[in-house]
Amino acid sequence: MTNQTAFHSGLLNPALPIPEGLEDGRSQPAGRRYGVYRNNVTVSLREALAEGFPSLVGLIGRENFDHVARAYLRQSPPTSPLMMHYGAELPEFVASLEQLKHLPYLADVGRIDVAMRRSYHAADSSGIDVKELQVLDEATLLSTTFCFAPSMILLRSPWPIGSIWHYTMRGGDKPSGTAQDVVILRAEYDPEPFILGPGAGDVLHALQNGVAFGAALEASGDDFDLEPLLNLLMTNNAISHLKH
Amino acid sequence: MPDASHAFPHLPNLPGVGYKPQHFSDILSDASPVGWLEVHAENYMGDGGRPIAQLRVLAERFPISVHGVGLSIGGEGKLDPDHLARLKHLCDWLNPASFSEHLAWSTHDSHFLNDLLPLPYTSDTLARVADHIDEVQSTLGRQMLLENPSSYLAFAESTWSETDFLTEIVRRTGCGLLLDVNNVFVSATNLDYSPQGYIDAYPLDAVGEIHLGGHDEDEDDHGAPLLIDSHGREVVDPVWALLDHTLAKSGPKPLLVEWDTDVPEWSILADEARRAASALTRVLA
Repeated sequence: MTNQTAFHSGLLNPALPIPEGLEDGRSQPAGRRYGVYRNNVTVSLREALAEGFPSLVGLIGRENFDHVARAYLRQSPPTSPLMMHYGAELPEFVASLEQLKHLPYLADVGRIDVAMRRSYHAADSSGIDVKELQVLDEATLLSTTFCFAPSMILLRSPWPIGSIWHYTMRGGDKPSGTAQDVVILRAEYDPEPFILGPGAGDVLHALQNGVAFGAALEASGDDFDLEPLLNLLMTNNAISHLKH
Repeated sequence: MPDASHAFPHLPNLPGVGYKPQHFSDILSDASPVGWLEVHAENYMGDGGRPIAQLRVLAERFPISVHGVGLSIGGEGKLDPDHLARLKHLCDWLNPASFSEHLAWSTHDSHFLNDLLPLPYTSDTLARVADHIDEVQSTLGRQMLLENPSSYLAFAESTWSETDFLTEIVRRTGCGLLLDVNNVFVSATNLDYSPQGYIDAYPLDAVGEIHLGGHDEDEDDHGAPLLIDSHGREVVDPVWALLDHTLAKSGPKPLLVEWDTDVPEWSILADEARRAASALTRVLA
């Protein structure tokens, strides 16, 4: 009898023998026919990862990515049929690989790929009208807390991950070596990563955690400029409502 | 959420295609001869965004078939209650014209393998599949269609033919069948039996939909042909001939062209759909 435990184990571990009890149509051993399933599983998961991590593919090349993906999928096959979420832990896996230690920013750039997919499938929400902010008196504004669209994702890194992502995906200037905070925003259906100015990551992080507007501003340094951050959030429908 | 009261109650006896997002604007400008669309359920289980927005628009204009690829109906374990709940949510808001899944398994020990894996045909597996189908139909509150697999190997322990197994599943559960004639051709070639003989033994009265797709060619260890169900190219002539053989016995059915890898531009897919339309015309002549 061929149980699914035996059939399943050999799919992800090519070192295991072909399970007993499998045949061709003439009662001969199945041989490489079992390999068709082995290959289908590996290729479909690898392709799903490559599609989900375009910037990692761009950074290390498809061949190297395929090696990483094969090792990852054997260790961490999906645990849900929702392939849109598969690979969320690939950045941690990448960070653990000795042979990629010379590219310490890779995992954080991979987190942009994960966040872009999460944002793409996040619940829809509409942005507030700028008038809702303009009508508030100063005291009310400072005590207001912001609620954000589910598609907004803030990523903070000691590496210039936004510049590396843009350089890899869109071309342009070579990235420089400073830390960057990146926010993924989805104005309608297409998520886009934006590099935040100095202090903006601190403010947005505080706002996301329910800190009132006035207290969040105090968290920023002297070189923080509020206007570009508010413009970015408003034009990308990122603020879903205000709580006074 | 859209108003499901305008939904189409049945798939029409017309050609349909597997929906790919890159064809969205082509379909809205001129879908002919395509009369309905099929989507993979799991691609529309996110919380929002473009996939669901597009599906809402398409569902206003076309009958939709929801085709699951992740329920693992042939699995040894219990059906995943979370996944079943997601399917129910999708079917409740979309109210599709049809829901179908596969005679296969894909989940084991909480691992999802993203492939349709084979099961032996025994009285034990039959009872288990029938129980799973009962659970799906009672949860969704609708009849489902069960699709025959593409097989690359057989199980020594099988005691039922695939056609008898499917006939008995239909009898026990009241489900319908999705007959994939490419899968019949692939399995028959790989396991050395007659595809026409399979159709002649198949319970055609239960068929609610027919699938057509392309396959790749390989060889086994003994140099025998080994066909791989790839959905990445045109349907081959012997599969069109098998469709004619089927339709001559079954009468017209909703026909779906599947093309999932190396997806071509719309005009090529529409040409395949036109070929399906002429097969339907021939059977009505």
